[in-house]
Amino acid sequence: MIRDFEYLTPKTIKEALTLWDKYGDEAKIIAGGQSLLVLMRQGLVAPKYLIDIKGISELNYIKSDAKVGLRIGALTTHRTIEKSPLIRKGFAVLAEMENRLASIQTRNWGTIGGNICHADPAGDPAPVLIALKATLTTASIKGERSMAVEDFELDYFETALEPGELLTEIQVPASPSHTGAAYSKFNIIQSDLATVGVAVSVTLGAGDGICQDIRIALGAAAPTAMRAKKAEAAVRGKKITENLLKEAGEIASTEVEPISDIVASEEYRRELVKVMVKRVGKEALDRAKRA
Amino acid sequence: MKKELKLTVNGQPYDIYVKPKTLLSEALRDHLGLTGTKRGCNSSSCGACTVVLNGMAVKSCSILALQANGGEVTTVEGLARGTELHPLQKAFLDHGSFQCGFCTSGMLMSSKALLDENPKPTKEQIKEGIDGNICRCTGYNSIIRALTAVVKGEYKEEK
Repeated sequence: MIRDFEYLTPKTIKEALTLWDKYGDEAKIIAGGQSLLVLMRQGLVAPKYLIDIKGISELNYIKSDAKVGLRIGALTTHRTIEKSPLIRKGFAVLAEMENRLASIQTRNWGTIGGNICHADPAGDPAPVLIALKATLTTASIKGERSMAVEDFELDYFETALEPGELLTEIQVPASPSHTGAAYSKFNIIQSDLATVGVAVSVTLGAGDGICQDIRIALGAAAPTAMRAKKAEAAVRGKKITENLLKEAGEIASTEVEPISDIVASEEYRRELVKVMVKRVGKEALDRAKRA
Repeated sequence: MKKELKLTVNGQPYDIYVKPKTLLSEALRDHLGLTGTKRGCNSSSCGACTVVLNGMAVKSCSILALQANGGEVTTVEGLARGTELHPLQKAFLDHGSFQCGFCTSGMLMSSKALLDENPKPTKEQIKEGIDGNICRCTGYNSIIRALTAVVKGEYKEEK
């Protein structure tokens, strides 16, 4: 049963920040509410004030920016990102990830910013954004801050957002040439959360095929989305072979801290990391070769 | 405190007062008496509560009614024209696309949103279109057959 609350509908970022600052801990922000309303129904979250920002149109956009790359407003829906020609052309892995996120109904109403701020370690966007070296901007009445998406999640359902601070934009830099990225998650039902999710981005040197850079980001494998940095280091600077990817998967499986739950045991998740880092790495490599 | 909610549901305007915590599914069922929209899992998992809001399939158990303020909603009651069933409804009947029927209104609304957006979906796209709706009588194949028949033009809407 959801407890009663006062419902506020700011129409601009400024109005939202003023309310958020005024009501502080007694308030909660709702965007699409696809995760929050479940928690409110379970009584886990019971705000006195609910600040609904979904109607703030200035936070709903996808823009291509010559300097920054791609700029996505925090209130852009998953479905809009999935279907955006701009994203499908230059950032296909983002569309690919969104296509696997929950169901169409949820994607139609849920927002990318809401997903990230919910900070479920099994969320799909964070690993992909981390693999793509994305950054984000937050705003409060004191001003704006910028940080890497990688640094945003702190713990289970906890983020670096300070009281009164709102996520406003996500920036995805354009990839260097000869870069390929892929995302996949393992789950039993297509529209479920990831049992384990893996995003890999590979950049190859021109001509020599040596790995210039690699990012391996994992979801549902630790309290937050995380990078398998030791696995990355084992691949960087070398020619990527299937054996090397297998080794990277093995290393990654020692870096993760998965939990056992109703969906899978810790051991099973580690095994999935091993297999999926290899598979998704192979897909990213193939795409880098074609890029 | 209650707040004003203006909604157009199945073409008819409504102006009611609801508590902010009222879900869209509750506004439709409990306030407007449109009980065709089902309350299943109530946690965004089963899709039985699917309605079309501003042209998009959404799970009405996971949206506050006030978030839909000013919007246009189509529920399963809005599919038929008088006594004339919608092509999707006819196809579901002919293909035995339900057993207990609890998922049916949600399945129909996801199907409607799919065909409104893409009148010629492939079998894969049909599967994706109803992926957010669970049927525990295992009627998926018959539902896919019904949709395929509508896509092939076997069920024309009567003018």
